[in-house]
Amino acid sequence: MSDKKGMDPKTYKFDTLSLHAGYQPHKNAGSRQVPIYQTTSYLFDDVDHAAALFNLERGGHIYSRISNPTVAVLEERVASLEGGTAALATSSGMSAIFLAVMTLCEAGDHLVVSSQLYGGTVNLFRLTLPKFGIKTTFVKPRDTEGFKKAIQKNTKGIFGELVGNPGNEIMNMPEIAKIAHDAGIPLMVDATYQTPYLCKPIDHGADIVIHSLTKWMAGHGSSMAGIIVEGGKFDWMQNDKFPTMTQPYEGYHGLSFAEEFGPTAFTMKARAEGMRDFGPCLSPQNAWNVLQGIETLSVRMKKHCENAEKMVEYLLGHESVAWVSHPSVPDHPDHDLANKLLPNGKGSMIAFGIKGGKAAGEAFINNVKLASHLANVGDTRTLVIHPASATHSQMDEATLKFAGLSHDMIRLSVGIEDIDDIKNDFENGFRAARKPRLVSNQ
Amino acid sequence: MKFQVNNNEVYASTGGRPFDKNKPLIIFVHGSGLTHMTWVLQTRYFAFHGYSVLALDMPGHGLSGGESLKSIEDMADWVSDVIDAVGYKEASLVGHSQGCLVTVECTARNPDKIKTLSLMGGAGAIPMNPELLSLAENNDPKAVELMMDWAHGPAGHFGGHPVPGLYHINTGSMLAKTRTIKNTLGVDFRACDNYKNGFEAAKQIKIPTLSILATDDKMCPVKEGKKLANLIEGSQIDIIDNCGHMMLLEEADRVLNVLKKFITTNYPPNK
Repeated sequence: MSDKKGMDPKTYKFDTLSLHAGYQPHKNAGSRQVPIYQTTSYLFDDVDHAAALFNLERGGHIYSRISNPTVAVLEERVASLEGGTAALATSSGMSAIFLAVMTLCEAGDHLVVSSQLYGGTVNLFRLTLPKFGIKTTFVKPRDTEGFKKAIQKNTKGIFGELVGNPGNEIMNMPEIAKIAHDAGIPLMVDATYQTPYLCKPIDHGADIVIHSLTKWMAGHGSSMAGIIVEGGKFDWMQNDKFPTMTQPYEGYHGLSFAEEFGPTAFTMKARAEGMRDFGPCLSPQNAWNVLQGIETLSVRMKKHCENAEKMVEYLLGHESVAWVSHPSVPDHPDHDLANKLLPNGKGSMIAFGIKGGKAAGEAFINNVKLASHLANVGDTRTLVIHPASATHSQMDEATLKFAGLSHDMIRLSVGIEDIDDIKNDFENGFRAARKPRLVSNQ
Repeated sequence: MKFQVNNNEVYASTGGRPFDKNKPLIIFVHGSGLTHMTWVLQTRYFAFHGYSVLALDMPGHGLSGGESLKSIEDMADWVSDVIDAVGYKEASLVGHSQGCLVTVECTARNPDKIKTLSLMGGAGAIPMNPELLSLAENNDPKAVELMMDWAHGPAGHFGGHPVPGLYHINTGSMLAKTRTIKNTLGVDFRACDNYKNGFEAAKQIKIPTLSILATDDKMCPVKEGKKLANLIEGSQIDIIDNCGHMMLLEEADRVLNVLKKFITTNYPPNK
């Protein structure tokens, strides 16, 4: 301890963690690549060992619904990249959100939620969670004071997408985190659009970070996956709002998750209770696929952001485009906040309005050939969709308006192809959009 | 559970089982700036297998009240007071790092009260790097970052936590930041630096003693651990390969297996 050399920490940095975190080859037959543990269950040494695992006396694996060695590597890797204490991977981003809410809330509880969300997430909060007795008040993401006003006695947390889908509105995360913490509740942030390469929400006050790993983290459009990451700073014992975290839990011989596991209590509860009882586990093959994507996360994100900024410039100057929304645009309402929260790049999601409204939008979508028309984002390939007729089509007119959607909006997820090829493809789409009737008759 | 010692509230994990005065007592003492949570992969086992367990939060740490104690000697007396406060006449002690200094001193001062001693990452003295000490006393979070760097071996830096999904370095950092750094880590580091009686105390210990050491421990290297262990009559040494100072988490299973064999042999549980 008296060695005077190296007074700066030598803990591994982002790009190294992306490749190595969570995995020790010497404990896996020297396999350089993470093995795919394609198994349902794990041998116990004896009855004592089995009991110890079930009682959480030891760490280890019992059954792949609860945990799996390949999935655990992914969980540790994402926790390390986010600056979190622990993580729990799930079968999809939606199951991650559901599991996080069910770990936090009970029937009779309330959440304050940003209104600008992926359509599926809106429906979860608006329609499905009330069936479990959990109610939501939606607040526009830029209405920071609105989050404060919406907090009730039974409010158990604030949830939002850091950059709203699909309108690119940005939550003022540091201020909203303060509002949440002043009320003694955690802030949960879906940071799928950013990945930890662009923003680490925990550094800005978030307590729980959620990703659809399906998107940029995996990056190749091959595999569904989600994850919950715990920041470890939130004090569950500061008030009596979270009895399922602080009081003895019958399901594990009177265990208090907060007392026993402190900065990893939320993850331990989500796994021990949520995975046990709901079971939205991630397959080891999909975990491995996501790990392959994460190995090149920073390389891909740089290229995604570089291409996105070039596309923003192109769209801003295009005669067929009515408006462009991307945080890199200086007159974007959240441009300054984006510079603060997203210093490594503003992401590769662009929303733009096409002149000619819905018909022009449909013609554009039908006539681009390189860009793929599908319901995903964050692929290495460029993706386009018309939200009002697809991802958000289950919303009525009033909900669409509240969610900030318009019928002329095209959502663009910029890929890492050659930028000239993307622009040429869009020229074909715009050309067709200017003559929608002629094209549709061909 | 919470109880009073010297008019201050003390928190101790009982390993997930009710505290039962009819069972033999094992007390776990954490390292500098940390809390009872470092012991979670040892305490629950013993609590479910015939022992009463107290993984203490030292005064001013974790969920315990009061202010951090300023000397290893005061901490040693306080651990002895804990045994009295919970109505026991004897106990088995387990310490990690600074907790080793505390438990060695406590055992030397209370030869009839302590029945076995288990030391993890221990040494007879832990002189502090002056810059690290200064950072901690000035409440600089860099002190925690440096401690986490040095406290984990090369393998631990990559991860591979025994509990699926947990990441060693960040979890350790959060534990060390539970309370104000200068009031916990700063005070503890100064106490370690000031403590000079470890080797003399060790010579007085006559009870069964186990030292678990790790080959990649930069904070209390194997050489220092052996120097301490060799002063204790009949002490056992177990050395873990490819592991750092946080062996109780980095190699939790190995540590538990060694600890289990040692304690159940020398201080049997109630059947």
